[in-house]
Amino acid sequence: MRNDKKELAVAALRNGTVIDHIPTEALFRVVRILGIEEMSTSVTIGYNLESHRFGRKGIIKVADVEFAEDVLNRIAIVAPTAMVNIIRDYEVVEKRPVTLPDELTGIVRCTNPKCITNNEPMHTRFRVTDRDTITVRCLYCNHVYRGDEIEIER
Amino acid sequence: MNSSSFVAIDDINKQELLDLLERTRYFEEHPNSKILDGRVVATLFFEPSTRTRLSFETAVNRLGGRVIGFSDASTSSTSKGETLKDTIKMVSNYADIIVMRHFLEGAAQYATEVTDVPIVNAGDGANQHPSQTLLDLYSILKTQGRLEGLVITMVGDLKYGRTVHSLLMAMRHFKPVFNFVSSPELRMPEEYIRLCDREGIEYHEYTDFSKEVIDSSDIIYMTRVQRERFSDIMEYERVKNLYTLRNAMLDGSKPTVRILHPLPRVNEINTDVDDNPKAYYFEQARNGVFARQAILTRALGIDPLKL
Repeated sequence: MRNDKKELAVAALRNGTVIDHIPTEALFRVVRILGIEEMSTSVTIGYNLESHRFGRKGIIKVADVEFAEDVLNRIAIVAPTAMVNIIRDYEVVEKRPVTLPDELTGIVRCTNPKCITNNEPMHTRFRVTDRDTITVRCLYCNHVYRGDEIEIER
Repeated sequence: MNSSSFVAIDDINKQELLDLLERTRYFEEHPNSKILDGRVVATLFFEPSTRTRLSFETAVNRLGGRVIGFSDASTSSTSKGETLKDTIKMVSNYADIIVMRHFLEGAAQYATEVTDVPIVNAGDGANQHPSQTLLDLYSILKTQGRLEGLVITMVGDLKYGRTVHSLLMAMRHFKPVFNFVSSPELRMPEEYIRLCDREGIEYHEYTDFSKEVIDSSDIIYMTRVQRERFSDIMEYERVKNLYTLRNAMLDGSKPTVRILHPLPRVNEINTDVDDNPKAYYFEQARNGVFARQAILTRALGIDPLKL
């Protein structure tokens, strides 16, 4: 990447996780899914950065935290193109894309007001029915949501 | 989910469906016995539905079981703010099986996750009503002598009508040809159209309830077009009588065609059809007791054929 210098000036991580190639419009939903608001370590969030692939992108750098794989995979629901880099001692020791799990528990909100999940103290559960179009189906009321229609819990 | 529950028709594979139909046939021949002697069945109707409740309770009574429960949420502790989970857990201490109807969608599925007692879904909002589907399927099998390769015409509200969706899901195992007849506003949802494409099921969509469609059908499944489903009342007024079946329309139809309807009917089947031998909707409802006897015994792990 050509503009490495500028980005490094913001936050060169010694240890931690960098999530790159987040579509700009999904950035704050990713922040929410990862629960970054409740973290105490330093976090750098880049919004509307230039990207060769997308024009604009988002990036999140979290110091001293390595997320569990299933936690990271949750963000695939809004940011399927995201790339995860694990940093140890300034080196990228692992780089991998996120993969959408078959089932999502407690992440997606069902917007059907007559769905049981909106009327009982319980978690939502969704099955991913089409990975290409990112389509999910509520395992309780069977409502189907695609792409932008998908709302994140909380 | 506890495995013997009966929540959605999509959870039931072809072999299990055939087994349930075999049981239904058995109970039609032997409706009265004592095979549920000593069993307690809870019927929890959080939403009133007299027809479905009486059908289930008749099924239990004819097999010698006992019934506990309520027919309206206002007489249960739900009205005091108890969660569904707590109600189900409490009743699980008393009953061997729970038959439930709820106004919330997904309620029966959730119930299976909080108890080990088998749950039978007697309708959850606009979502699923699988015992209706089994009785529809049995009615088709009984009147046609087979399930394979039939022309099934669905008429009316194909968008919101859960019975047609479930019937489509159940019939997909049997190489049907579907005719979908509705106004554009109430056409079959895209997900079911895509499912037909994916599974190579032949289907045709029509806005006209024409002679050609009627004459080609083995089964005509009528549904009620409800005024409240329309965003545009003018549109409702325009289409409400387009999907009404009258006796004269059946003149050129197959001698073996049968008219089904989940009931209650309003005006989508003219009363002059009632005396036509092709009308089957009243007998169809009668099959509901046998279908529910089949569902209850399967959920309780009782095989009437081996007793």
